[in-house]
Amino acid sequence: MPGASQPLTDLAVGSKAVVAELKVTPEHKPRLMEMGILVGTSVELVRFAPMGDPVEIKVRGYHLSLRRSDAALVFVKTE
Amino acid sequence: MSEVNAGSVPYVALTGNPNSGKTTVFNALTGLRARVGNYAGVTVERKEGRLMWEKGDSAVSPNRDTPVIILDLPGTYSLSPQSIDEQVSRDILFHRVPEVPAPSLVVIVLDGSNLQRNLYYATQVIELGYPTLVALNMMDVARNNGHEINPEELSQALGVPIVPLIANEGHGMPELRRRIRDMATRGTKRTLPRTFCELPIPFGVEIEAVSALLRKNTPQRQTSADAEALLLLSDEKVLFKNASHYGVEVEKAVLQARQRLEAASVEWRSVAIEARYARVAAIDQAVTTWVDPNRESFSDKADRIVTHKWWGSLIFIGIMFLMFEGIFWFASYPMDWINAGVAWLADRVSSSMPPGDLNSLLTSGVIKGVGAVVVFLPQICLLFLFIALLEDSGYMARAAFLMDRLMSRVGLHGKSFIPMLSSFACAIPGIMATRTIESPKDRLATILVAPLMSCSARLPVYTLLIGVCIPAINVLGVFGLQGLTMLAMYMLGIVGAMAMAWLFKATLLKGEPPMLILELPPYKRPVPKVILRHMWDRSRMFIKRAGTVILGINILLWFLATYPKSPEIKAKFESDRSVAATTVFPALQGAALEQALTDLQVKFAQPQATTNSAEAALLEKLDGLEKQKQGELLRHSFAGRMGLLIEPLIKPLGFDWKIGIGIIGSFAAREVFVSTMSTVYNLGESDEVTKDLEDTLRDQKREDGSTLYTPLLGVTLMVFYVFALQCVSTVAVVRRETNSWKWPIFQWAYMLVLAWGLAFITFQGGKLLGLQ
Repeated sequence: MPGASQPLTDLAVGSKAVVAELKVTPEHKPRLMEMGILVGTSVELVRFAPMGDPVEIKVRGYHLSLRRSDAALVFVKTE
Repeated sequence: MSEVNAGSVPYVALTGNPNSGKTTVFNALTGLRARVGNYAGVTVERKEGRLMWEKGDSAVSPNRDTPVIILDLPGTYSLSPQSIDEQVSRDILFHRVPEVPAPSLVVIVLDGSNLQRNLYYATQVIELGYPTLVALNMMDVARNNGHEINPEELSQALGVPIVPLIANEGHGMPELRRRIRDMATRGTKRTLPRTFCELPIPFGVEIEAVSALLRKNTPQRQTSADAEALLLLSDEKVLFKNASHYGVEVEKAVLQARQRLEAASVEWRSVAIEARYARVAAIDQAVTTWVDPNRESFSDKADRIVTHKWWGSLIFIGIMFLMFEGIFWFASYPMDWINAGVAWLADRVSSSMPPGDLNSLLTSGVIKGVGAVVVFLPQICLLFLFIALLEDSGYMARAAFLMDRLMSRVGLHGKSFIPMLSSFACAIPGIMATRTIESPKDRLATILVAPLMSCSARLPVYTLLIGVCIPAINVLGVFGLQGLTMLAMYMLGIVGAMAMAWLFKATLLKGEPPMLILELPPYKRPVPKVILRHMWDRSRMFIKRAGTVILGINILLWFLATYPKSPEIKAKFESDRSVAATTVFPALQGAALEQALTDLQVKFAQPQATTNSAEAALLEKLDGLEKQKQGELLRHSFAGRMGLLIEPLIKPLGFDWKIGIGIIGSFAAREVFVSTMSTVYNLGESDEVTKDLEDTLRDQKREDGSTLYTPLLGVTLMVFYVFALQCVSTVAVVRRETNSWKWPIFQWAYMLVLAWGLAFITFQGGKLLGLQ
């Protein structure tokens, strides 16, 4: 379905999308947002670590690594 | 530190995001004269130093001689702290750390290549209202990434002065020093209250109300009440964690305000973050010119290999291998020199004063005891050098990225990897490095298992025991058995640490798996000055320890092994000796007999000495008597009694009371085992401590005449040393880090149980399998 939101981790490596929703727990949400991951922010899935976890993303011009399980709670929309 | 803070010396707080180059800026501001200490109650590193004045900084600066103190705050992402490091930064900026005066100037280091996220924190700090200066760093990285920042426009947008920098090349530093000196000594006026968040009207109303309350409660304010009110309303934890600071009235007002905001459907947790990022993104757009938006940076290219599925893992293993090989090989040369120096010194001292207790105390207790420990300084320096290199180049973050999967299997964190790695040098810096782990449970689990990694203090113990007990043969033709045993001990520690971490996380420290937020900063060329500084700061701690704790233990041990003296034993052996001597020299007595014996010894020391068998037999007999006497005296001493007292406990492990003395001695510090063994076997006069000690240990027999130090015993003893927490300094650091006695005591006990249990299984299991 084009336009529907999907977990960040479902993106193809190297592709970009825009954050649509943060389904992270309220406890973790503020720090994720302070690191610059907000609804409407453009993110790029750069790569997965050799053992498949964690995941490296590029957001606001810098590189950040998140666990796969946390990144899967960041829902994105491709354009 | 108190004297530098006293009075009206201008105090400058240096703050910024992690990886913004803040440490490099700090070093360039203060030279190498910074002092490293701790904040009361927490072991967050407190670094401060005087602002340096260099030729050409500003020849006409009128304030040249006014001292200015720079305080380096821990790297921070926001004023809503997630780790102790961040909490200390926040508390100092809010002037809540009593021992630190309110800053008269705040310098924010901004990473120009990562402007938006850095500006998020910078605008929070600017809102506090201190006189503020922004150091815009990494202009070169920004340029390489394909964008240019206009400092004048950024300065206008932020309303504070800006100095552009390339800190690791020193560009812009004289200007920064001049501006800091001017602003700090001139008594710059506070900046006007301003905000970078355009908030919905209901939120603004609530901030106004809380702000008025804060102003009423604390009229003498260092920081803007509006900024504090904004944090109080939007950060869920700040109230709960500082309840006593704010009091009931503020707490109630904030909770009610949040309810009203929820009723008006304003998301108080996130609206301020969103508003700030919106503003920050707008500023970024306005001041940045993209020359080449699609350029791939050097770090991007490098990371395609360094974090590659196969190459990345290979490079990681290669770096770890190089690091440990390098440490052992390079360090062996200076270690030989230190050994030779210590032996020379002991010899000089021993021969320049009359024999007796003082002589024995100085040579055996002090010089050789401390020397046996200082000899590991080269290895420790090298390990810290490697760690500093990995950290400063940016590789450490990649290592955490690569290792997180493994660490998370046992419930730990990629960030636990760095403390664990540091613990190979010494658990103390390792435990201190856990401060960057946000989750308290993860941090505690890492602290609890970090001392299981074989630290450099175990190395002398392993080296000695392997040399004595493990035959120097090759397995499968190429692998030395001694080297393999050493590797096995290191692996055993790693496996033990992982297993215990898993156990703790599954039971005692059960909890939500924490979120991993790991920044992968651009690679940097390390600055030699900074690297050496890091190495030195950390190595110094080890030297201090050798000079204090270990020196103290050695003196105590010497005392325990020497007293109480027993005239009876001495007299008995004197008479035995005379009886034996008269068989060869029947005519001589007293001083003449002594002279004859000394001559005989000298004669035997000559190569190709012509001697008769009676003389040879006598010397052997006398040698045996001397050893027996020393053994009797030791058994009689305090140390001997302690060894005998615990002998029943360690007998199932195959240890005798003399090993018991070694174990007791090394409960304060493991490396003391080596010097204790040399005291126990009385090797005070020999030149090459280790060599002779190895020979002596090999000669030790059990009561039934069998060899004591068999391969099985050696391995059992090493297993004990892998697991037992024999280090007072670690206990003290854990006490400080966890702020209670509960955890260090628990840690000490669980490790002792593990050590005894596994040593028991090793020894008894080995015997059942028919091993020796």
